[in-house]
Amino acid sequence: MIALLGENGAGKTTLMNILFGHYVADEGAVEAFGKRLPPGDPRAALDTGIGMVHQHFTLADNMTVLENIALGTQGMWSWKLDRVGARERIEKMSFEFGLAVDPEASVGSLSVGERQRVEILKALYRDARILILDEPTAVLTPAETEALFATLKLLVAQGLSIIFISHKLNEVMAVSNRVLVLRSGRLAGERVTADTNRGELAALMVGQEVEPAPVPPSEPGPLQLVLNAISTQKRGSGVSLDRISLSLLGGEITGLAGVSGNGQAALAALIAGVEVPTSGEIIVRGTTARDWSPRAALAAGIARIPEDRHAVGTIGDMSVTENVIAERYRTPRFSSRGFLDWKASRAFAEEIIADYDVKCPSPEARIRLLSGGNMQKLILGRALDPQPSVILANQPTRGLDVGAVGYVHRKLLEARGRGAAILLISEDLEEILALSDRIIVISKGQLSPPSARGQRSVAQLGQLMAGHGMETA
Amino acid sequence: MEALDILLTASFWVAAIRIASPLIFATMGELICERAGVLNLGIEGIMTAGAFAGWFTVYAGGDLWTGVLVAALAGAMFGLLHATLTVPLGLSQHVVGIGVTLLATSLTYFTYRLLLPEVTSPPKIEPFQPLAIPGLSSIPVVGEALFTQTPLTYLAFLAVALTAWVLYRTPLGLAIRAAGENPSAVEAQGISVTTIRMGAVMAGSALMAVGGAFLTMSAFNSFFFEMINGRGWICIALVVFGSWRPGKALIGAILFAAFDAYQVRLQQITGGVVPYQIFLMMPYALSILALILVARRATYPKALMIPYQKGER
Amino acid sequence: MRLEPKPAPALVVALLYPIAAIVLTLAFTSLLVLAAGASPFSVFYLVWRGAAGSQFALLETLTRATPLIFTGLAVAVAFRAKLWNIGAEAQLYIGGVVTVVLGTGLLPLPSFLLIPIIMIAAMAAGALLLLGPAVLKTRFGVDEVVTTLLLNFIVLLFVSMLLEGPLKDPMGLGWPQSSKVIAEAQLARIIHGKRLHYGFAMAIVSAFIVWIVMKKTVLGYEMRAVGHNPQAAAYAGIPVNRVLMKTALLSGGLAALAGFCEVSGLKGNLTLDLSPGYGYSGIVVAMLAMLNPIGVVASAIFVAGIFVGADAMSRSAGVPSYIADVMVATALLTMVVAILFTRFRLRWK
Repeated sequence: MIALLGENGAGKTTLMNILFGHYVADEGAVEAFGKRLPPGDPRAALDTGIGMVHQHFTLADNMTVLENIALGTQGMWSWKLDRVGARERIEKMSFEFGLAVDPEASVGSLSVGERQRVEILKALYRDARILILDEPTAVLTPAETEALFATLKLLVAQGLSIIFISHKLNEVMAVSNRVLVLRSGRLAGERVTADTNRGELAALMVGQEVEPAPVPPSEPGPLQLVLNAISTQKRGSGVSLDRISLSLLGGEITGLAGVSGNGQAALAALIAGVEVPTSGEIIVRGTTARDWSPRAALAAGIARIPEDRHAVGTIGDMSVTENVIAERYRTPRFSSRGFLDWKASRAFAEEIIADYDVKCPSPEARIRLLSGGNMQKLILGRALDPQPSVILANQPTRGLDVGAVGYVHRKLLEARGRGAAILLISEDLEEILALSDRIIVISKGQLSPPSARGQRSVAQLGQLMAGHGMETA
Repeated sequence: MEALDILLTASFWVAAIRIASPLIFATMGELICERAGVLNLGIEGIMTAGAFAGWFTVYAGGDLWTGVLVAALAGAMFGLLHATLTVPLGLSQHVVGIGVTLLATSLTYFTYRLLLPEVTSPPKIEPFQPLAIPGLSSIPVVGEALFTQTPLTYLAFLAVALTAWVLYRTPLGLAIRAAGENPSAVEAQGISVTTIRMGAVMAGSALMAVGGAFLTMSAFNSFFFEMINGRGWICIALVVFGSWRPGKALIGAILFAAFDAYQVRLQQITGGVVPYQIFLMMPYALSILALILVARRATYPKALMIPYQKGER
Repeated sequence: MRLEPKPAPALVVALLYPIAAIVLTLAFTSLLVLAAGASPFSVFYLVWRGAAGSQFALLETLTRATPLIFTGLAVAVAFRAKLWNIGAEAQLYIGGVVTVVLGTGLLPLPSFLLIPIIMIAAMAAGALLLLGPAVLKTRFGVDEVVTTLLLNFIVLLFVSMLLEGPLKDPMGLGWPQSSKVIAEAQLARIIHGKRLHYGFAMAIVSAFIVWIVMKKTVLGYEMRAVGHNPQAAAYAGIPVNRVLMKTALLSGGLAALAGFCEVSGLKGNLTLDLSPGYGYSGIVVAMLAMLNPIGVVASAIFVAGIFVGADAMSRSAGVPSYIADVMVATALLTMVVAILFTRFRLRWK
């Protein structure tokens, strides 16, 4: 089992997508079992015995497990899908490898862990000899992760090769035989797992032995935002909030740790004003909010850094100027009597570009053309410019390179120094540990009581993330 | 109760099934397109083109089934145009669909005028004749309604069975359904989303065109302008009403046609007390109503109207 | 094959794309002309002469462009916010209905009062007609394309019912047509004795106003944001549904003005052939103009010229006048491809 280790944005997924034929490399070629693979042809990769479990599952929710697995495995022009044969094979395989799943269940009704099992079965069903798993544990609880590792070890014992993509050092150390470290699209090093240690790998990942940015002790200020016994509506398969309470103090970073898909999205949507609570109160600096909406949240001084910069944070086909004023175009600074002040807007865009070191051709450029890091800097500038008293930072560094990550962290700490209350939502426990003054764990829509910096060990946090001892913690 | 007695007569149901036939073809066509993730608003124009192509083939001396085939081919060609613009190029399915409808309609009218410059009243052909299925057609009402139709109506029912079989029982159907739900699932299994979607749009468009041809070759015997008269748009509503399932859409089409046949008879009974336009409005109003009723709980194919690019997630 | 975003090209280069689209359209229609046994060059020349070859032709083109500017603006406004209003035809007819209801003697007022009142009433009626589908879209998730399309048929039947019932002209010899509007409700002719009326001037002014709204106002900004990315717009605090409602009101009102102008300025009464598909042609007009309100004026004149010119050509050259509809539809499709390639490039791997 090879682990492919690297920071977010180091090029791990890109490399695997080239290997699998989703992308075409500008140079070089892929060779498997002594055969050169034609570029850009997933079919050829599959036929050679390469299987891939994508980070975002590639399953059709409207079809059954069996149908998803059988998709593309039988002659396209056959008049009848061989269900019986497929079913037998799936049942046999799921028994052999401990991947329990009902072949007739609709995929839309499965849990995340089950879906992942279907993805692995899909690859095995096609006789994969090399299995690529892209960040397979990001969506799993620690217990599910353990089960996955057991399965993977079983597969390796049967002669499969596995490429395990991760940015989590402990997982890499736990399961792999060999580690390849990627950094900014380059191979930074290759080690035998048994002969290396976390420190060395971490150094390879980030380039030099980096001391985490020194975090000065916080000076807690007054209560800025209180959520009191809030519940939200259940939407589809997402996790909703159930009577949660949360207090954010000024001058503090509160870190929200948890496995992806445990209600972070609902909580972020709530604070951002997109989601309206079904019960409970939102209290901003002592005043209970009446109508809750994105506009109300903004008016209450809440700055929002959304998780998805492309779909939610920016309007790709509009200009930088039009994007930076999106949250404040109705204020007297940017419009009066229904007319926009383009001069002031453009000046504001130029100010943000300069202050936040955004690289872009001009304020008139469509924001779609900016890189992820520059886009995030613009969003950061837009959010922080009005000196907000509360900052919601949802996965603010996902997919950014190391430099941009450091920049975002510095800006958040600056805002903290100014007295802002910051809620940092991240799936990256190391980020949470590095920045947070207090840590809260979210699991199945429930919040743990907060713990001060260093109060809980990583193991204790892991237990909470798995939902163990939430009541007593 | 004269108004209710109508529902028990065989001739009423014969008419209803006849009215349903073109809708069944076109609804299946649209359903296939949408199941693959493409909204095909070219339907109205493609039906027009099919109506003319089939009719003209026979008028020019071809045999009836050749006419059906020519109509299907014409439909597939417009489907290819629609698919090229909406699938690999990912253009707005709304705008392209309207464009295809405008193009197919105007090309048809142009060709009609070009080929038949002199005619004042539309020339007639010898259309498909009813073909009673021995035995089955003597079952009272139901048998008569279903089994004294023209061969094209039987083909319409066959098209439903075939669509349902392909979608749910064949490997190809899996790929089509997955393409409309999560195209990346299709690509991850080594199948080209572009090919599946384009193929589905072409096949679906061929069915729409046959639906149009039914009007000129089975229901009537000539081609005239504006004869599709919004049937295509109604089929789009029928697909939603049928929750993208062939069987349910079939029931929807028959219910709709029964209502349409009923309003014609009701018009005769009421004898001009109510303006006839009110009756003619009903099919359209009914379609809107059906959309409102089902829209809330409709489970759209999730990737409907969302273009897909290779390697995109 | 992939599409990659690319920076906006320089203005001169950007103009090459629509020109290419028009060349492609002409090439395709040339084939049809050849099939009709005529020479493309002489046919295109005849179309040109029929559209702009004389004062009469030019005025006729501008007269025909008037309703197209209004429906084109209606579509441009709606499509900008991705509200797919395919119902301009119905909104146009409703505008016509209001004009004859109020303009045939019901309100005995002088022109300077009567005309604004009718205009406002017509706009309100058209706006309300589109508000229905907009509400169904935002409240129930019903696709507005289908509802607006179906409403076209319903409204036309409704008009037919009125013309055979309450609005029927008692002097009309049984034809389904309304009485003529009174002199006070008529728009004056711009040049005495010619058909071009002040509706054309109103159309130009409307285009300019819409341009200001789209470019300079908060509403225009909101409409564009909602059209490009409703999710991000909502996140930023833009009231998406309310913006869609306002868009619907504006779009429906503009389309209704087309009906008002045709009745008040040109025809004098309401008939079932008030519009030969101006509502649908408005889609082409708007797309050819890349949804730019000022561009709508130019493209409406262009499209009107094709129709007027083709009518004249068809009489002398024997090529069916439907060639105009083919040209216009082809132009729509080639133009959307052209617009795509101003923003994206194809990579063949």
